[in-house]
Amino acid sequence: MKNEHVMLITGTRKGIGKYLVGHYLKKGFRVIGCSRGDSDCNLEGYEHVCLDVADENAVKKLFRHIRKTYGSLNILINNAGIASMNHTFLTPKNTVEKILNTNIIGSFLFCREAGKLMRNNSYARIINFVTVAVPMKLEGEAVYAASKAAVVTLTQILSKEFGHMNITVNAVGPTPIKTDLILSVPEQKLNDLINRQAIKRFAEFKDISNVTDFFINPESGFITGQVIYLGGV
Amino acid sequence: MKERVLKIISKSIDALNQEFENQITMDQGENTILFGEGGVLDSIGLVNLIAKVEEEIEDEFDDELIVVSERAVSQKKSPFKTIGRLADYIVTLMEEKNEK
Repeated sequence: MKNEHVMLITGTRKGIGKYLVGHYLKKGFRVIGCSRGDSDCNLEGYEHVCLDVADENAVKKLFRHIRKTYGSLNILINNAGIASMNHTFLTPKNTVEKILNTNIIGSFLFCREAGKLMRNNSYARIINFVTVAVPMKLEGEAVYAASKAAVVTLTQILSKEFGHMNITVNAVGPTPIKTDLILSVPEQKLNDLINRQAIKRFAEFKDISNVTDFFINPESGFITGQVIYLGGV
Repeated sequence: MKERVLKIISKSIDALNQEFENQITMDQGENTILFGEGGVLDSIGLVNLIAKVEEEIEDEFDDELIVVSERAVSQKKSPFKTIGRLADYIVTLMEEKNEK
């Protein structure tokens, strides 16, 4: 697929976000990525911006830069997210605030500003990241899962608010995948979780890009407000 | 500054008129009712106008401004009621931002 479409991905310094940058550069997209820290990606067609996704002014500045530099935006992938796997008794308020700020407020700000920039496009897609911890109601992930449940609702409601602008809003919910996000989770717990999936294995990066490819496909313009969970959850 | 903001609002409405069938007339000047009873905009028109005004402010003043705020949606006298009120509200937001 050769194209000049402009894509913004959040949380691109490592993990799934970094993989998606390479995946979509190969497909010919212009990709802008962001994270708190610098990126080591210097591939042609990629631009990295350092910011906190919950900083409203920084987000506004980024979208202004995109409008001035690229003219518009076709695809937003809201990948940035943080997790804290712990019993509620062991979860301080400060951790809760950090998770809500990144996962909910960050996703909201990027959706809002992307919607403004995409409103006159004939081709516009927003993809949010959620988690199987929402439908599985996983103990030890109360705040993380609650924050992603909010992103599910955000996705479904924005699909209606943005529908008349031909912007589709969907979400992908990965199962555990070997990234830093699950480093602190005990192996036994991960195995228990995987055993509750219909297909009992870790997700791979390509499982995720298969779903994002589907949502991004120009022929998926009638697919919106949907959440696809991996692994048969 | 208000004159520049009024021009931005007028330019934004002109742009909306080119995009949508429902034409917005500004023959009442600053007193043109934008949103609410007797308003020329529906809710979709209002969000499009806000987005366009923000873009025009970025271009004109070389700065970002978020036109929505808690105050805007809770004020009894909505800043989106008329063109004049919207201009006053934007000027206030810009002055507050410059003071920070």
